[in-house]
Amino acid sequence: MRELQAAAITDAVSRLAKEACYFLPKDVVDKFDSALESEESETGRDILRQLRENVSIADAEEVPLCQDTGFTVVFMEIGQDVHVTGGDLNEAVNEGVKRGYEEGYLRKSMVTQPFGERKNTGDNTPAIIHSSIVPGEQVKITLLPKGGGAENMSALAMLKPSQGRQGVVDFVLNTISNAGPNACPPLIIGVGVGGSFDKVTYLAKKAILRDVGSRNPEPHLAELEDELERRANDLGIGPMGMGGRTTVMDVFVEEYPTHIAALPVGVNIQCHSARHKEVVL
Amino acid sequence: MSEKRITTPLTEEAIADLHSGDRVLISGKILTGRDAAHKRLVELVEKGEPLPVALGGQIIYFVGPSPAKPGQVIGSAGPTTSGRMDSYSPVLLELGLKGMIGKGYRNQEVRDALIKHKAVYFGAIGGAAALIARRISSAKVIAYEDLGAEAIRELEVEDFPAVVVNDIYGGDAYQEGRAKFERKEATGT
Ligand code: SF4
Repeated sequence: MRELQAAAITDAVSRLAKEACYFLPKDVVDKFDSALESEESETGRDILRQLRENVSIADAEEVPLCQDTGFTVVFMEIGQDVHVTGGDLNEAVNEGVKRGYEEGYLRKSMVTQPFGERKNTGDNTPAIIHSSIVPGEQVKITLLPKGGGAENMSALAMLKPSQGRQGVVDFVLNTISNAGPNACPPLIIGVGVGGSFDKVTYLAKKAILRDVGSRNPEPHLAELEDELERRANDLGIGPMGMGGRTTVMDVFVEEYPTHIAALPVGVNIQCHSARHKEVVL
Repeated sequence: MSEKRITTPLTEEAIADLHSGDRVLISGKILTGRDAAHKRLVELVEKGEPLPVALGGQIIYFVGPSPAKPGQVIGSAGPTTSGRMDSYSPVLLELGLKGMIGKGYRNQEVRDALIKHKAVYFGAIGGAAALIARRISSAKVIAYEDLGAEAIRELEVEDFPAVVVNDIYGGDAYQEGRAKFERKEATGT
């Protein structure tokens, strides 16, 4: 049994919040560069160039890539042989969010009473925390600042099993089409298929964390990812919706067994400000 | 295709020269506001009370910046989704507002109001917030300070990059751009 101080988790989360909001992952930056080569629209290339410049400025000045520093989504994979001491684990995460957002000059966007008062909590807490217990004696923390614009265009459908693969393809493409410029393309699309109402959106959210250019090891899913990527780009939406060949940077599909009566599909849309950062403690 | 340079306040002539899809660089003073500020402005109009800001010829930028670091004029400051302002914008256009900067679709009512009141909707690059902040040389809160990031500010901008989305002729850069690059088999059956 390994002991881990709650304070170490707070420190890690605070650092992850700042770094995630300032520095875009390399796979995403590389994709901007390759899209600049392949994009046919002049306005599209101009926008991609400015996004690339934005990455350099945020990096050099250590300022947020985007002013919307999001809901703070935190995934924790907690080794079953770890014992957290010196405080409540979830409180430690929220304390890290609070500190990181304050020290890092990140925008606080969380409000209470969603259809009522909508009062800002002032420190971007509470975080959206997903924990799972895994073998081992380490804790892996992944922090995903998720902007509102793209999250608002995400969608869930409980399809009929008879709608099959075609139903999945249509729903994903329609969701991307509806999102258009609102979600800040070029996008990363996380698709969950199967499981239950809650599981499928969790799968979709986890999928957006994958590296751009990666493929699901299951051949039938890799093939679906290729098709969805190609057809999404054929929609012509382009960078910031001004028209172009780069609508998505990638599409990732994850599946899970489901009920005999069900075919759930979740589509989580990630904007080009595809920020996330992880650490293993 | 090069950028058109425009300065605020927007004149009728300048507006007539803008067409959907044009890339522009905006300089001069612009106002900021998002949901909460729009709601208050429209409530005042409905009550027949004076507004804390003059809108004639002005541009409103839909933005809620991140906090400024010490030494910065403003924090990162990219556009927010404009659709949330759709129910308020026609009222402000009627009062002489000549431009809006945001990102994403506007509804039919707003697009009709743009034609009617001869005003333009510009799309800025969502997420290019650190880059846009560099084009802002001053920022001061002029109303609704209690709204924090959502307060109304007056910004001085230089070469603020944007694209004309909806012009006074009914053009729509989102529809036109997409039609140009769409490959048909893409649409689901
Ligand atoms: S959708 Fe993403 S890039 Fe666009 S404003 Fe929101 S967080 Fe920023």
